[in-house]
Amino acid sequence: MNAALTIAKREIRTYFNSPIAYIVLTVFLLLAGYLFFGSLFIERQADLRSYFNLMPLLLAFIVPAMAMRLIAEEKGSGSLEMLITMPVPDWQVIVGKFLAGMALLAVMVGLTLCYAATVMAVGPLDKGPAIGGYLGVLLMGGTYMAIGVMASTFTRNQIVAFIIAFAISFALYLFYRLLPFTPESLRPVLSYLSVESHFEAISKGVIDSRDIIYYLSVMVVSLVIATVSLESRKWK
Amino acid sequence: MPELMIQVENLTKVYGATRAVDDVSFNVRKGEVLGFLGPNGAGKSTTMKVLTCYLAPTGGRAKVAGFDVFDDSLEVRKHLGYLPEDTPLYKDMTVLEYLQFAAAMRGMASDRSAKRIKEIGGRCGLHEVAGKLVGELSRGYRQRAGLAQAMLDDPDILILDEPTSGLDPNQIVEIRQLIKEVGKEKTVILSTHILPEVQATCSRILIISSGKLVADGTPDELRARERGSRYRLVMEASGTTAEAVKARLVGIKGVSRCEPVRGEDGAHSFTLDAAGDEDLRKVLFRAAVDNKWTLLELHREAVSLETVFRNLTTREEVKS
Repeated sequence: MNAALTIAKREIRTYFNSPIAYIVLTVFLLLAGYLFFGSLFIERQADLRSYFNLMPLLLAFIVPAMAMRLIAEEKGSGSLEMLITMPVPDWQVIVGKFLAGMALLAVMVGLTLCYAATVMAVGPLDKGPAIGGYLGVLLMGGTYMAIGVMASTFTRNQIVAFIIAFAISFALYLFYRLLPFTPESLRPVLSYLSVESHFEAISKGVIDSRDIIYYLSVMVVSLVIATVSLESRKWK
Repeated sequence: MPELMIQVENLTKVYGATRAVDDVSFNVRKGEVLGFLGPNGAGKSTTMKVLTCYLAPTGGRAKVAGFDVFDDSLEVRKHLGYLPEDTPLYKDMTVLEYLQFAAAMRGMASDRSAKRIKEIGGRCGLHEVAGKLVGELSRGYRQRAGLAQAMLDDPDILILDEPTSGLDPNQIVEIRQLIKEVGKEKTVILSTHILPEVQATCSRILIISSGKLVADGTPDELRARERGSRYRLVMEASGTTAEAVKARLVGIKGVSRCEPVRGEDGAHSFTLDAAGDEDLRKVLFRAAVDNKWTLLELHREAVSLETVFRNLTTREEVKS
């Protein structure tokens, strides 16, 4: 696991040494701030619901942008060859990259904790939904991140990686929106696959192991596919 | 530690329809500096990528330090230092940070890694650029940083893909010296298409062409394989043209090729190739006397490695 942490450390530094982290954080905070303060000042509602409500869609867009460079950039520049000929198992490379993305996500989401503080300053904060919401954002973001890492192993082109990750993430988001139009028999399946239905439950403050298992299993499956994809260079 | 550091048996690598490496077998013993020679696209890099576990072979097997590159890839990589072609290092790190990263990735203990970085950094002449970003380094320094990274964990085997490409003559001499020194205790494989390079550094040469191994031996052995010699001839021949002289020279028994070359004013200069072992100097002198040419220069040299290389690699192309 040491190598994964070494890789993660390096990636985090790269994020913050280049404009990427700052651009992503700025865009995210602008949009999230608009949602939160919009409802605070215009609708005079001091809660986090409008902020959390849009997270499934917003993160489906932002997280692929954070993840796209993780492997694709190294494939393009050739440094991947240097990295994976070091005595480190391929899965640790994937996990290291994923952890770096998660660290950036945590910083991003952490900065929005000031919204919770704002709510507390002007009224009572509903603790359950707030804790559940932040946890849900991290789990859902992590799911998108794992998908993003996976897409990033497919190509040397970062834009292509972004589009693949966004398409998959958006599809997972869209399932929930499609529920009213789908036949009765498909609904439970679609609802289970949707990121949003699980997020909705968690952000109400209901922390159900089934929802957590859903997120964790999508993450694990994506990272396993990412590892296999990295190893596919060795297929005969 | 086994005496045979690298064993390659019937190695084949196919990309789509092309056979990049075709049934190549060779062994490398401890303490050998092996030069991997071949035209661009001959399969040198591919073979190295298989040995460093970056690619898996389509057929055959390869063992490094006694471990199979496919089944025990992690063990293989622990014994290897690798410098890929074009030295793809992380541009956003300083040289020191990069070496620290490489040490951590190799699981080196921190006190040992600090000591090794200092030692190797000194040997590769990196101290003055330790704080510089890799992306700002000149080609030569980047190459040295890559070399330092490969040697960091004191590996038993070094695999270097074109280690001197893009360096200036002074740097080339330094890097060669370094490789020679390392080669005394370690096993080194380096690829190149620069012939003087192998002559200067390698104890053994493999020549690969279109994916096939066409020669394997010490530089002297390879030169001995190719019989024949080359002559340089400068003469004055008033009243005749270079063409006429050439026609006479080609007519001499044993001469396989005759090329006029640019020489001094008023003199005709030629290079002659002879296929046999026989010394043609006497015959050439006599021919000059008979034709009333004034011989200014006559020089015989043994085949160069260059000729060997050209013959071996172009012959293959014709065949395939």
